[in-house]
Amino acid sequence: MDLKNKTIWGYRRENGRVGVRNHVVILPLDDISNAACEAVAAHIQGTVALPHAYGRLQFGEDLELHFRTMIGTGANPNVAACIVIGIEPDWTKKVVEGIAATGKPVAGFWIEGNGDIATVAAASRKAKEFVHWASEKVRVECPLTDVWVAAKCGESDTTTGLASCPTVGNMYDKLVPLGLYGCFGETSELTGAEHLAAARAASPEIAEKFMKTWTAYQNDVIEAHKTSDLSDSQPTKGNIAGGLTTIEEKALGNLEKIGKAVKYVDVLEPAQAPTRGAGLYFMDTSSAAAECCTLQAAAGYAVHIFPTGQGNVIGNPIMPVIKVTGNPRTVRLMSEHIDVDVSGVVRRELTIDQAGDALIDMIVRTANGRSTSAEALGHREFVMTKLYRSA
Amino acid sequence: MTAPQLLVHDHKDNVGVVVVEDLAAGADMLCVVTEDNSDFHMTANQAVPIGHKVALADLAVGDTVIKYGQDIGRVVAPIRKGDHVHTHNLKTKRW
Repeated sequence: MDLKNKTIWGYRRENGRVGVRNHVVILPLDDISNAACEAVAAHIQGTVALPHAYGRLQFGEDLELHFRTMIGTGANPNVAACIVIGIEPDWTKKVVEGIAATGKPVAGFWIEGNGDIATVAAASRKAKEFVHWASEKVRVECPLTDVWVAAKCGESDTTTGLASCPTVGNMYDKLVPLGLYGCFGETSELTGAEHLAAARAASPEIAEKFMKTWTAYQNDVIEAHKTSDLSDSQPTKGNIAGGLTTIEEKALGNLEKIGKAVKYVDVLEPAQAPTRGAGLYFMDTSSAAAECCTLQAAAGYAVHIFPTGQGNVIGNPIMPVIKVTGNPRTVRLMSEHIDVDVSGVVRRELTIDQAGDALIDMIVRTANGRSTSAEALGHREFVMTKLYRSA
Repeated sequence: MTAPQLLVHDHKDNVGVVVVEDLAAGADMLCVVTEDNSDFHMTANQAVPIGHKVALADLAVGDTVIKYGQDIGRVVAPIRKGDHVHTHNLKTKRW
């Protein structure tokens, strides 16, 4: 496979980034603007509303994360244009301005003083304009490595560490040296493999940054709130049914996603866009699938690779999620959720190298427009990460 | 290559993973070490579901279970070679 010159057909955005989808997003600033956003999306075909639970009375780091996630979602290159609706103008305008920095069309509307009906009418008119504009965008030929590719695994089992995660790792080992932006996260789920994860940092400073982030998660999240040894949560019931016994075992399989050679060049805050150029990045995230995918999309990733063992069904409203499994039972029972079947690896019919090539082929097809299983099945999980209680 | 019943990541490991459905008690398993594709045979003492682990050696309480060549927890009930290894006899050393 000549990967160096491999191209895909994508949307080259105003800021130079490459998108593989062409969404017109109707983005609620806060929970109470969901209804207006969903009304606009129901009215104007070709738009998608992203309802979520938060945005009121948040403060400090948690508020910064809220804005970073909102702005990053609108700014993602899979989004052609964006409508923002909030309860009041000030925070709405802040998100609009953040998204507008990409150069894409964006408009804000607020409900106070207008009511839902007038707001929906005005936002619908603008959304219709955006749909006409976006629908005339044509795909252009772009280098494959211009497509940012994130990864996160879920409902993992022991086949994840044997087949699907090493497949993702093989893809990163092949594409990151050619200029791909990659991303992995799941801070708590590296527990037991944190020493190996630290050793894969590009420098001692970045390794230290990783260990600081991992230790903070242990102390501030796990130790501060646990009521048991977490054996009912991490590994999950699904993980245990699939044969994973301890967090250490789960973490070692998880880390197979970053391959054998590639090193990560920075440690990102949740939803933070990479700033150190092409390379693999670690992002501080929860290990819950929808939260992690939402944060990675908000950081600008355009395609997501999701290795699963027992069959997680996650999708994302703006970023296609490609499912990979190496579990023959999951292929047999849940085939409608699987985009890349690498169960041949556990039968020793398929090498990891061949599986990595099959995944790259599916990334190309997905980037060119093939609907993923999650897209076809309507999975649009959009879940904001909240760091602590609101004021 | 004949499809194996058990895969082992690393020669240092003392457990392997069942990769077929409906493995019966007493079944002879073709076991492959993925590190170098070497193989050996072993008998499963119990019916073990796909994805679950089998001990490659006798293990005593307090021993460390090794997979990927790494520590994945401690033995909390005696384990014989060929036994099912899971939450009933293996616990995390973390949290």
